[in-house]
Amino acid sequence: MSKEYETVIGLEVHVELATKTKIFCSCSTAFGGAINAHTCPVCTGMPGSLPVLNKQVVEYAMAVGLATNCEITRYCKFDRKNYFYPDNPQNYQISQLYLPICRNGGIEIETEKGGKKTVGIHEIHMEEDAGKLVHDEDGDVSVVDFNRSGVPLIEIVSEPDMRSPEEVIAYLDKLRLMIQYLGASDCKLQEGSMRADVNLSVREAGAKEFGTRTEMKNLNSFRAIARAIENETNRQIDLIESGEKVIQETRRWDDSKAYSYAMRSKEDAQDYRYFPDPDLVPVSISDEWIESVRAKQPELPTEKLARYQSEYGLPEYDAQILTGTKKFADIFEAATEICKKPKKVSNWLMVETIRLLKENAMDAEDIRFSPGNLAKLIDLTDNGTVNSTVAKEVFEAVFKEDIDPEKYVEEKGLKTVHDAGALRETVETVMKNNPKSVEDYKNGKEKAIGFLVGQTMKAMKGKANPEMVNEILKKLLSK
Amino acid sequence: MANRISDDTIEYVGILAKLELTPQEKERAKKDMGEMLDYIDKLNELDVSGVEPMSHVFPVNNVFREDIPTDNDGSKDALFNAPSVKNGGFEVPKTIG
Repeated sequence: MSKEYETVIGLEVHVELATKTKIFCSCSTAFGGAINAHTCPVCTGMPGSLPVLNKQVVEYAMAVGLATNCEITRYCKFDRKNYFYPDNPQNYQISQLYLPICRNGGIEIETEKGGKKTVGIHEIHMEEDAGKLVHDEDGDVSVVDFNRSGVPLIEIVSEPDMRSPEEVIAYLDKLRLMIQYLGASDCKLQEGSMRADVNLSVREAGAKEFGTRTEMKNLNSFRAIARAIENETNRQIDLIESGEKVIQETRRWDDSKAYSYAMRSKEDAQDYRYFPDPDLVPVSISDEWIESVRAKQPELPTEKLARYQSEYGLPEYDAQILTGTKKFADIFEAATEICKKPKKVSNWLMVETIRLLKENAMDAEDIRFSPGNLAKLIDLTDNGTVNSTVAKEVFEAVFKEDIDPEKYVEEKGLKTVHDAGALRETVETVMKNNPKSVEDYKNGKEKAIGFLVGQTMKAMKGKANPEMVNEILKKLLSK
Repeated sequence: MANRISDDTIEYVGILAKLELTPQEKERAKKDMGEMLDYIDKLNELDVSGVEPMSHVFPVNNVFREDIPTDNDGSKDALFNAPSVKNGGFEVPKTIG
């Protein structure tokens, strides 16, 4: 590469909102229903059916807009985007082109060089999702399932402000966390409740004009996004270097083959002929409505991060991990509320929970145990009912089946033995069976005591109070 | 007729509408569309400076639904008139992607 190039990236992020019903009808949005069960004349595009807007969709869109510092459009409306595809029963998608609900926002991200920069948000608009096409493996047909048709989406359109895969991931991460905190969506890339399309162009470093951009679709993970950005940057640079032109087109990323291909041929005219949807009346948003949504905004990640350090005295590192997923933050706050031991709750989440999540290839969102049971286990450990080794074992059961630690410890007989008589008896037996170690210790090899403690703990099936064992051993050995 | 629709335009609109027109139909459509545009052009005779653009014919705003689901199974009704059904869904020619 002879010249220096700069990559310019903007994102279109679609997020499925967490409403119970679809955007324009009362059909359920529940994932995984029987094929076409969640349908009605509205979401299957039957003639004569009338869409009615779900109020919660407007509130979620406003909530995301406020959190991303957007201006809320006081008077907004819906438009029809016309195109033919089997997953689109009306032959148009109801979307917003002329007056989207939010405009001119931005969020601050940390760049890879440790600095901060603001990624602008051009607009956020509300629209409906399309149905799902199931491709038949053997036959030459596809099957349409309209359960997803009409599920509410917001599309968050950024300004072309990002310059590297790292910045794109930082932006997406921040956006996702914010939306999860707002409860507006679960934002799962793999399941498609968050989808990102990447608009990318390259230009010579220092150039003022943007190059011709392409749009990349089908990016189902952060890793795929980063790989696709690198691949597309190189493809465009190669074209320019060899004197060819970048064609403005939509491309589809194939992550298993790590390459992309143009999705639409030139004969397929892309002309959506947008026009205002006459079936839907405009939405007028008052100051009072905006303020009521603002008042309901929960504490967002950045605020939580600061509070965990000031209020609970947690190190920044802990606070970052705990606020890094909503689930961790929720469990942390609930468990701390009960047991009042923030650092201990934090430790259980950061060490054992993360270890078990990794071992089971699970995400934090998949955690099923209740904060109450974690708090109980912390209390049991603190008051000496179980020792730290046993506590780990109990925690695995809490993690797996959300058992009540008190009952579990009782039933399995896991309570730590504090009975000095019983401990002394075991220690004496262990000493009798290991005369060599006893002699080593008496000859000044102090490390030998560790072995004897270990043997005693083993004989007590791990349930002894280790400090007491140590103490008794020392006393008996010094006789 | 002030508005003349070109062959290219009628070809393009045909592609957008997924319609295949015979040469006779094309000629008729060109005439119809020209007349429609002439009719709309009448609006240009009005002075609308100072009039706010209208976004809807009804003076009504904010018609909403509460977010409460119905749990009816709509699959039977949805598929009732489907030309072809497979595995509980509408069968369509194979699409990729």
